[in-house]
Amino acid sequence: MKLTVWTYEGPPHVGAMRVATGMKGLHYVLHAPQGDTYADLLFTMIERRNHRPPVTYTTFQARDLGSDTAHLFKDACRDAYERFRPEAIIVGASCTAELIQDDPGGLAETMGLPVPVIPLELPSYQRKENFGADETFFQIVRHLARPMERDEGPSCNILGPTGLGFRHRDDVAEIAGLLESLGIAVNVVAPLNATPSDIARLGAARFNVLLYPETGETAARWCEKTLGQPFTKTVPIGAHATRDFIAEVCALAGIEAKADESRLRQPWYAASVDSTYLTGKRVFLFGDATHVAAAARIARDEIGFEVCGMGCYNREFARPIRKLAKEYGLEALITDDYLEVEAAIEALAPEMILGTQMERHIGKRLGIPCAVISAPVHVQDFPARYSPQMGFEGANVIFDTWVHPLVMGLEEHLLHMFREDFEFHDAAGPSHHGGKAVAPLAEVEGGVAPRPAASPQDICEAKMAGAGEVVVWQAEAERELKKIPFFVRGKAKRNTEAFAARKGLSQVSVETLYEAKAHYAR
Amino acid sequence: MNDLTPPTGGCRDLPVLKERGQREVFCGLTGIIWLHRKMQDAFFLVVGSRTCAHLLQSAAGVMIFAEPRFATAILEEKDLAGLADAQEELDREVDRLLARRPDIRQLFLVGSCPSEVIKLDLHRAAERLTVKHSPHVRVLNYSGSGIETTFTQGEDACLASMVPTLPETDARELLLVGALPDVVEDQALALLSAMGIDRVRCLPARRSADTPAIGANTVYALTQPFLGDTHAALERRGATHIPAPFPFGEEGTTAWLSAIAGEFGVSAETFRNVTEAPRARARKAIAAATETLRDKSLFFFPDSQLEIPLARFLTRECGMRAVEVGTPFLHRALTGPDLDLMTPDFTLSEGQDVDRQLDRARAARADLTVCGLGLANPLEAEGMATKWAIELVFTPVHFYEQAGDLAALFARPLRRRAALTRGTHA
Repeated sequence: MKLTVWTYEGPPHVGAMRVATGMKGLHYVLHAPQGDTYADLLFTMIERRNHRPPVTYTTFQARDLGSDTAHLFKDACRDAYERFRPEAIIVGASCTAELIQDDPGGLAETMGLPVPVIPLELPSYQRKENFGADETFFQIVRHLARPMERDEGPSCNILGPTGLGFRHRDDVAEIAGLLESLGIAVNVVAPLNATPSDIARLGAARFNVLLYPETGETAARWCEKTLGQPFTKTVPIGAHATRDFIAEVCALAGIEAKADESRLRQPWYAASVDSTYLTGKRVFLFGDATHVAAAARIARDEIGFEVCGMGCYNREFARPIRKLAKEYGLEALITDDYLEVEAAIEALAPEMILGTQMERHIGKRLGIPCAVISAPVHVQDFPARYSPQMGFEGANVIFDTWVHPLVMGLEEHLLHMFREDFEFHDAAGPSHHGGKAVAPLAEVEGGVAPRPAASPQDICEAKMAGAGEVVVWQAEAERELKKIPFFVRGKAKRNTEAFAARKGLSQVSVETLYEAKAHYAR
Repeated sequence: MNDLTPPTGGCRDLPVLKERGQREVFCGLTGIIWLHRKMQDAFFLVVGSRTCAHLLQSAAGVMIFAEPRFATAILEEKDLAGLADAQEELDREVDRLLARRPDIRQLFLVGSCPSEVIKLDLHRAAERLTVKHSPHVRVLNYSGSGIETTFTQGEDACLASMVPTLPETDARELLLVGALPDVVEDQALALLSAMGIDRVRCLPARRSADTPAIGANTVYALTQPFLGDTHAALERRGATHIPAPFPFGEEGTTAWLSAIAGEFGVSAETFRNVTEAPRARARKAIAAATETLRDKSLFFFPDSQLEIPLARFLTRECGMRAVEVGTPFLHRALTGPDLDLMTPDFTLSEGQDVDRQLDRARAARADLTVCGLGLANPLEAEGMATKWAIELVFTPVHFYEQAGDLAALFARPLRRRAALTRGTHA
């Protein structure tokens, strides 16, 4: 057993739902108990879909156990086919149904339905959501796609986008537009908005564009082996990566690479003088491996941040992320435990966090600016406006998104100049945060929230205190520390304490503070 | 004292449309979301799968980040391979948890579908852990699994698990049963106190130190309709139930208070003096929403068992017309007083086959459809106005001061639709 409050990924059958809901003309019959329909809300609320996910749950209850759950499954299958008339059906079990061993695949096969029935084996107690999506898409492709005659001109498929994917809607629009502008036709985009008959047409394309390795890589590898289609290795997030991607697809298509960069503004924005203050800002990266790897490159090479920590929650990609972290002189953090992530952030005291919804809340608690770069995300990250992460427009979007939470250069400068000013002191926080960056947790209406015994922050501090000697701040030094703008104060405090500890000092004086400042000057 | 005039016949004996099939409802684990806010020194440990953790996270929204007092012990493959060490694993996790959270006085081991299917004996675990951690922490157990409980039945299972452990008393006390928001509970206590009824306890109590005692002289009133098992457990302990409509709206609150006042021999004059002003306030507040709601048709998908008392409030006090009232489970003894007050001109349904019920809802095209979040946006996209039902469980809606808010919850979607179509030439 593992004690869990927050989970970065849902169970694997939610991944299968993401594929089914992203597609059209496909139905998912899920052997599951009453209550598992909660996952519908992810699609109808967070993604604001205007239709129910195409999922029929068998909804077995306690009284059904032992006798007719298999019968229930067959009825649900038949009813779903009669009502929705899908082109194909996928069948599988949720975590509870896995325990009662009804074998949905075998049961559905004996029914003689007039459409393809694709059984899914999703081990709920070992794997998670991304695996579920990847495996489901692979099984659909394996059952439906066949080698076929190639298109005349250069064409490709786009693989990996799903329902409930972080910015998948706009990434697909951006990349499809980019490919068309290069003269490469897009044959099929899948799973997102594809029908089973579209999947059967995959083989007509010359190569595949793999947008999201987490959800499309197994299918891409199968297509490479069985349909003879190479697939792209560069994920086009960031200006540099997009240029590399263009070179890669043009080589695969056998055409000359010439891209229209007239709408790419991010490099100039990053070069303009107001961005100077971004130089060397220490950022911590966490999320799914693909987005973290892309963000690391943008952070270091396109914006001039210093990447001070990185990691991912999906173990399937631990190896490439460890390798990448080494290139940045770092040790990768591979974990799905948010308390470990919080402890790492606390210890590093970065000036900015690029992460998921969870890191956004960690940032809020620690008073560190944060931007979201990866799923899991909440409803505000399924925006109405066009906001891809990929391609040239994606690069523009990312620049705005990352810079916005930081105090703008000029504002930072003014805060420095007038930090003692009676009306313009740092406790007011940056002007566009609407008050303090660290807001107290709102009380829940109708009840007073009790004080928890120890917040994760307290626990981290306790851990850190336990790790070494506690350094005492003299009152005057503490006052001096308060004069340092809040957005660098955490780092100053940490550096000073580390400096004092190394010098064997038990107290921090104003002198120590400034000696440390000189020591760490960059 | 009570000027409620039942319509001819009422609905207590209305035939019920019973359906089985696919259900679009929450499981009982969701009760943890509001129960842990109410019981300030309790921790809820679900023993289940990643799905259970994911559900709690999805339902808790941003609360998950406030270091909440609930968590999931996720079963791993080795736990499924052999049951021998599942109890040891649980002990280890509980020890770690209690070491980290010394403020916890009550720990609930909450069963889930996976733990029930593999027959993990959480009851025995609770007894063993109580011995181990007493007197500091009491460990209880109940099941919130989807195979046994629907949404609010999780609260019922939780409270019912506490009843056998309540201390014995022969004092004549009133017990209010059901987790209400503190602000609402305080209003109820103030009203009762003004009538001279002062010996009132609540289940659940805000802190375990205030746990009520119970015995043959205890009388209890339910504040929520979904407490069937708790009701049965209280009767087994010898306590007496005061049947009443549920305290929604001005009429419902008055009838509920009146039933208690009758039990305690409160004079008609005292009752009137105490209730007159808040009744007038409630009526006035409801009237504001009634302008929007009058003569509008209403369709309830099953969700929380609040459907019948709410339909009673909306039809009698707001002038709406019920087409179908669906409830996940119909407890005739508890909802009888509400059914008595309704006109038998609607379909009463219990259970669900969601696709068939959607066919009926589409055929009815009610002015307002009350449903869960899995159906709300899809129905809106089909041009039907919806009110999402979960809010009725999470928002203060009981008693006089919330009567206007309750009506407004239903009026708002209709007003919004009107506001957004103002600029169009439909």
